[in-house]
Amino acid sequence: MNTQAHASFYFPGRHLLTCEGLSAQEINSLLDLADRAAETNRQVSKKRDVLRGRTLINLFFEVSTRTQASFELAGKRLGADVMNMHVATSSVQKGESLIDTAMTLNAMRPDLLVVRHHAAGAVELLAQKVDCSVINAGDGAHEHPTQALLDALTIRRAKGRIAGLTVAICGDILHSRVARSNIHVLNAMGARVRLVAPSTLLPPGIERLGAEVYTDMWKGLEGCDIVMMLRLQRERMEGNYVPTSREYYHFFGLDQEKLDCAKPDALIMHPGPMNRGVEIASTIADHSRSVIREQVEMGVAVRMAVLEALARHLPNH
Amino acid sequence: MRSPTGRDGAKAGAEAATSTVFINARIIDPASGRDEPGGLLVSDGVIADLGGHLRRNAPPGATVIDCVGHILCPGLIDAQVYTGDPGQEHRETLKTASFAAAAGGVTTIACMPDTEPVIDQVALVDYVQRRARERAIVNVHIIAALTKGLKGQELAEIGLLQRAGAVAFSNGKSSIANTSVMRNALNYSKDFEALIMHHTEDPYLTEGGAMNSGEVSTRLGLKGVNKAAETIVLERDVRLVGITGGRYHASTISCAESLAVVRAAKSRGLPVSCGVSINHLTLNENDIGSYRTFFKVRPPLRSEEDRVAMVRALAAGDIDVIVSSHDPQDADVKRRPFAEAADGAIGLETLLAAALRLYHSDEIGLLPLLRAMTINPAKLLGLPGGRLEKGAPADILLFDLGQPWVVDREQLRSRSKNSPFDEQKLQGRVLKTMVAGRMVYQYGS
Repeated sequence: MNTQAHASFYFPGRHLLTCEGLSAQEINSLLDLADRAAETNRQVSKKRDVLRGRTLINLFFEVSTRTQASFELAGKRLGADVMNMHVATSSVQKGESLIDTAMTLNAMRPDLLVVRHHAAGAVELLAQKVDCSVINAGDGAHEHPTQALLDALTIRRAKGRIAGLTVAICGDILHSRVARSNIHVLNAMGARVRLVAPSTLLPPGIERLGAEVYTDMWKGLEGCDIVMMLRLQRERMEGNYVPTSREYYHFFGLDQEKLDCAKPDALIMHPGPMNRGVEIASTIADHSRSVIREQVEMGVAVRMAVLEALARHLPNH
Repeated sequence: MRSPTGRDGAKAGAEAATSTVFINARIIDPASGRDEPGGLLVSDGVIADLGGHLRRNAPPGATVIDCVGHILCPGLIDAQVYTGDPGQEHRETLKTASFAAAAGGVTTIACMPDTEPVIDQVALVDYVQRRARERAIVNVHIIAALTKGLKGQELAEIGLLQRAGAVAFSNGKSSIANTSVMRNALNYSKDFEALIMHHTEDPYLTEGGAMNSGEVSTRLGLKGVNKAAETIVLERDVRLVGITGGRYHASTISCAESLAVVRAAKSRGLPVSCGVSINHLTLNENDIGSYRTFFKVRPPLRSEEDRVAMVRALAAGDIDVIVSSHDPQDADVKRRPFAEAADGAIGLETLLAAALRLYHSDEIGLLPLLRAMTINPAKLLGLPGGRLEKGAPADILLFDLGQPWVVDREQLRSRSKNSPFDEQKLQGRVLKTMVAGRMVYQYGS
């Protein structure tokens, strides 16, 4: 391991529950660590042993494919024993409360707990009841810290910096934990954040988190370095928040015409899974400036970095 | 994003070669406050010139119309017209509605989405616009459905409908009961600066109600609708405008309590406006007499005190527009016991004369009266007409302020004859109506 980088590493928390309050130094430390993990991940031998003997539990109260797989892979590549737990196969289905589930799991003495829950604040509540490190893998519409970190890493690698860039986050801001985490990380890193959405998909006061709000996508993308699209769930485009997917695509779908409003070298991002033809044109998703696949790759690297950083706070490290 | 469509300017090409000059007129233009003797020159479908210098001097080559001192003003704009086109053509078509409009001095009508099918899709807006171009003799604009099927549940494609030409959005004859849907509608439409025109009657409080609640309904043994049914929805909506900033227009308010709500909203600077139907300005619940169903309208006719309050608010500028709320219903649905009869009254052809009743009874001046039927609805709907100025479309009305006449519903041009003014004496007669430079109505011919 690079000792110089090691010496400059600074990440104080036992848990990673939110991006709010993270400093640029803390984020950069994680991204530096993730950069090295990304390098390792491109080698034939990807396995290290920094988490050897440690137990990582993926506790998912909400269905997820990519985030869970990403954490599982990250844990395994660092040598941890990884166990996946789903609500469908757990006692939660039998009516056990969140607290009881936490106490039960705690008794099994895991070292790292990765949690996704449909209710905002649920992960933090759980973290108060266990002795291990807890990583928020998404809690309701609150936060999804590792997604924001992997987005930051993708941007930093592609652009060489984050400070001074203008990033437009477009789509269903109202229900998006990805947007909230990204607003915090990007602001901490010195980027300018814009939010682009119809008013029905913008939560009140969101500008006070540190963003400019646009309801006109053509204007919102003007001069942007990064266009970050968000997924719009099907049930939200049938007349409740927006009239139809057709109208949504017309005014808020990323197509070539709207992309042309951004800088000529603007990057296209999407946390996935994509609705092609709803929030993003198929050709744009596969565009030469699309870094959507890099985001997935950086996802594993960032999660390795987070696991490694938190493991340093575990007893007997 | 609002762009006028329909027939504005469509006729300009056809009449390109001709010029018409109105001389010796009393020119009234509420937009500029002008009320003076003068003349007006029309060429290429637009107003080319106007003023005192044209009072007696006709430019060479122009067809001269001597107005002999009668009033020349902008053609009326009616922001609430129901037709049966498409789907209920036996009640009214765009064509028959436009003939009634022309005879009433109305040069622009905004049609409500309550048709079969409901106008909630771009293809239907296109269809109605095309039909209007082919058949109607006045400008026709479309107020599209705010929610799919007017069911009050899911938003219609406000952005795409607006691009197709819809000038406003309405839930037709029903209020949106679901507060969350209404909030989202205002919130969403704000992004497009789209106007929501809302019928304000609580569906639960109005259910089964046939007329205004009070002494008269009790005497007649009819179930009444309390005025609160209107005010509750209006107050709710104003609160929602306060948190969303959406453009909101209460289509037809009818009672003094509603005026207080609108005044308070306006004084707070909210984007709120309101309209009143000609029926609520000129009639009251006593007109129902012995169960006359032509006086069954929605909202129901109120007390005389309410009517007077509406007229005063109009004079004070608190009410923005007068609409005919023209709603053709055939005999089958009107010749029924009062409670079972259909709501609605026709009003396009009698709009001006009925409104002039308020002038002749000294309740309001001509300028504020005409303002609410010309420039105000034009501004509300984002239309180029409603004003007399150089370059404006030549949508013009010439009328005789004093001429008396008796309404005979059989003579009315509307396909349905449900006029509450039938057999009534009115004063004020439309002499000529011009749309985009083309004469579409001439009295006596």
